[in-house]
Amino acid sequence: MRVGVLALQGAFIEHELYYKNLGHEVFEIRQLADLSLFSLTNHYPPTTNNSLLILPGGESTVQVKLLKDLGLYEPLKAMIAAGLPTIGTCAGLILLANHFQLLPVTVKRNAYGRQLGSFTYVGTFDGKANVPMTFIRAPAIESISKGVEVLSEFEGKATAVRYKNITAFCWHPELNS
Amino acid sequence: MKPNQAELNRNLAQMLKGGVIMDVTTPEQAKIAEAAGACAVMALERIPADIRAAGGVSRMSDPAMIKGIQEAVSIPVMAKCRIGHIAEARILEAIEIDYIDESEVLSPADDLHHIDKTKFAVPFVCGARDLGEALRRIAEGATMIRTKGEPGTGDVVQAVRHMRKMQSEIRRVTSLREDELYEVAKELQVPVELLKEVHSTGKLPVVNFAAGGVATPADAALMMELGAEGVFVGSGIFKSGDPAKRAAAIVQAVTNYKDAKKLAELSENLGPAMVGINADEIETIMEERGK
Repeated sequence: MRVGVLALQGAFIEHELYYKNLGHEVFEIRQLADLSLFSLTNHYPPTTNNSLLILPGGESTVQVKLLKDLGLYEPLKAMIAAGLPTIGTCAGLILLANHFQLLPVTVKRNAYGRQLGSFTYVGTFDGKANVPMTFIRAPAIESISKGVEVLSEFEGKATAVRYKNITAFCWHPELNS
Repeated sequence: MKPNQAELNRNLAQMLKGGVIMDVTTPEQAKIAEAAGACAVMALERIPADIRAAGGVSRMSDPAMIKGIQEAVSIPVMAKCRIGHIAEARILEAIEIDYIDESEVLSPADDLHHIDKTKFAVPFVCGARDLGEALRRIAEGATMIRTKGEPGTGDVVQAVRHMRKMQSEIRRVTSLREDELYEVAKELQVPVELLKEVHSTGKLPVVNFAAGGVATPADAALMMELGAEGVFVGSGIFKSGDPAKRAAAIVQAVTNYKDAKKLAELSENLGPAMVGINADEIETIMEERGK
């Protein structure tokens, strides 16, 4: 699999290491030209067979600003809308829901307060028990639309969801993998 | 305190990587920094260049001023306490600051001891000039490290020296046999466990940013090239001609530090940089505070 990791700001290296260790081909997306790396044939728009896009944690305000400044915002949104399998964690979730509006859930930023409110919770994810979930100044999913599958919950609220080609987390699977 | 608080605090620093942390003195400046793409802001009453110009004793900022900045932005807010000033740190923790910088920019409160940061829930970043200083601060509980550089000068030479020294010492440690680490721990005056971690991973156990004297997109790119995981910019932004433009350019330079064409674009028409002062012309050497 070819894994493109958005590498503008945040914890992108953690995702890269995880997928490299699994033997996947990993590349960084830092500018528009990098999107063509999704395709081996090097044409645009890229074909995205057997590809995965990662939108990592970080500060969503920074990532959105850089996406727009670098002309990546619309092309990336179009690729996800066209079906590119995508995983978003934390800031990535905020990007997918509040900015791209490709994930029909409402997300509240910094829902658990400042850093002193950050925490770890061990729970069930997608049927798997005892999964450690690390929430860092985390967002919360306040409500979900029909068709959104809940993969994990905390205090009655969804903390990871799946919708079409998108999987998104309030927490950071890459920190505990 | 949560049992894994230190881990959570290291994790927050991981989220800041690849970003720029900017010094701000008012809520308006904080908003400009956030809009320009700062991943966090450092709230302080006077930026280092003005601290240097004013002289006298420099202390923690007024909590009311820090709270004003916390309310103005959604990104993490950091603030500085004096080296060894446990009470200032407790005050900053009480107002739920996201990160405390136990900083040599302020006048040290203790000329022997740093704060025992393991006793705090709130995370700490500390300055370091070499691997020994970095690991001593980490042993005391710092969950993020930055180079000291020479703050408020606009002269990047010390930050470069500190980052190069740290990285070359790390490379040296990784090249040693494991049984040689005990002697190096003695030499660097650091716990051998931390040294073993550096030996096996080839990096510091926490995130490492550059700070001190960064004034241009090129300076920021240089520090990233030398191994920084992100950059603090203090006086360089709000002492320059066009702060918003310069701030945004530095943010992009950190992301695209390997792309010289992009850096050239970013460096165009930024207006005057901070005038600066050569690090060897100054009287107060802040980097020597706190070893």
